[in-house]
Amino acid sequence: MTTRRQFLALACGTLAASELRAQLDPNIQAKRKAALEAAISKVVGDAPVRAGKVKLDVPPLIDNGNTVPITVTVDSPMTAASYVQAIHIFTEKNPQPYVLTAHLGPRAGRATLSTRARIADTGRVIAIAQLSDGSYWSDTVSVIVTLSACLEDGLI
Amino acid sequence: MRAAALFFAAFCACTQAGEIPLAERRSGYEFMGRETRAMQDDDATNPALFALLDGETLWNRADGAAGRACAACHGDAAQSMKGAAARYPAIVGGKPLNLEQRINACRVEKQRAAALAYESKELLALTAYVARQSRGLPIAIDANDTTRPFIEAGRALYERRQGQLNLACAQCHDDNWGRSLAGTPIPQAHPTGYPIYRLEWQAMGSLERRLRNCMIGARAEPYGYGSPEMVELELYLMWRARGMKLETPAVRP
Amino acid sequence: MARVAVTVPASAKRGEIIEIKTLAQHVMETGFRRTQTGELLPRDIITEFVCTYNGVEVFRAELHQAVAANPLIAFTTVATESGTLEFKWTGDNGYVATHKAELKVV
Repeated sequence: MTTRRQFLALACGTLAASELRAQLDPNIQAKRKAALEAAISKVVGDAPVRAGKVKLDVPPLIDNGNTVPITVTVDSPMTAASYVQAIHIFTEKNPQPYVLTAHLGPRAGRATLSTRARIADTGRVIAIAQLSDGSYWSDTVSVIVTLSACLEDGLI
Repeated sequence: MRAAALFFAAFCACTQAGEIPLAERRSGYEFMGRETRAMQDDDATNPALFALLDGETLWNRADGAAGRACAACHGDAAQSMKGAAARYPAIVGGKPLNLEQRINACRVEKQRAAALAYESKELLALTAYVARQSRGLPIAIDANDTTRPFIEAGRALYERRQGQLNLACAQCHDDNWGRSLAGTPIPQAHPTGYPIYRLEWQAMGSLERRLRNCMIGARAEPYGYGSPEMVELELYLMWRARGMKLETPAVRP
Repeated sequence: MARVAVTVPASAKRGEIIEIKTLAQHVMETGFRRTQTGELLPRDIITEFVCTYNGVEVFRAELHQAVAANPLIAFTTVATESGTLEFKWTGDNGYVATHKAELKVV
């Protein structure tokens, strides 16, 4: 499914031929899904990713996909014996799946991270926490992205 | 035929029509999600922060053939500019000037420096910095014998249908505020926080830029930056928002 | 000049967890956008952010195109001892920005 932005650009013929082929690719969502899965595999390898411990705070209805505040917190004592090593954030529908990877340690005190992401289209945002014991935990939020009603970009 | 006419009349009666009563006016802030509002509220992480810092630098930098900074005449902006942005557009030399034009007039006449281009990083930064000094103050545009003809000219522009979509500002922002347009809530169109950091632009922008966006959205020929129509419209909108608090620098979707 | 803004308390109690908020002024051009005539705008983003505390790395982040313009990165660290917090952003086209903050731990 093309995003509304892509459709508008397509309709006005402002895309180059190669991107036109890419945008019209009926498999584009399958390709993006595969890219997401590959990105997650790269992080976790064969290890199972369990839901839990992670809280992904992202607005379910997004005012503007260009700047979306995201906060990830992980339930962890953050001691030398048990801490969060890394937090990875992914999106499902962006041209590439990575958002940000944060590397923490016991010195963080709390496993928390805030940033602002770009989310191109309605879909899932996924946060995966890598713990010091080698386990992986995740949280997923489905978000709705609306397009601004009045754009200024060259439709005329 | 008669049933259809009755139905149509009933439908029109159900929509809000005409000016928004003063007590029902709400800033665009209230139409945003919790997280976007938090972006505006936290001074440390408001994305307009850099524009404010740049504006402060420009305020204190000597410029032009006269080799003077804004600060040379105006001193500490927090004192001298307090309330200024709440009074603009103002009638200067018989016609309305907006804040950007007033700043440029000062540059040209007092600093003997070149005017800053509309929507340039510098003009936005300086305007944001000046307007920030009025944050929290009520918008203070008064309808008097001097301003009234221009306010009415602005009102006429606001109520005029335009463009391929044949839409008037009033139809969305007076009659249908609060409803959704393409999934986004329609705000009441009060310029309570300009210049804003607009998430759509991922940058700072002026009220004029935003109005041009709207006009392009209605497939109308947008008024030029600094044109008389544009400033009259700004004056009307600020008068329409009189008494509402200035939020500059606001964050808007 | 590469502008950044960092909010960190000037002092804290030993063992207290302090909040650090950082903002960097950067367009974060994704490399996916095109001009009106179809040319691809090249990627230009911040790729890494590191925070060290008296020379020891306490936080690091890898950023990708999906991070919004003027990136915000907020995190926490334990106030262990008085000293210097150093922040460094690096990115495409040789972008580098740094900031230092002194922290007094009582």
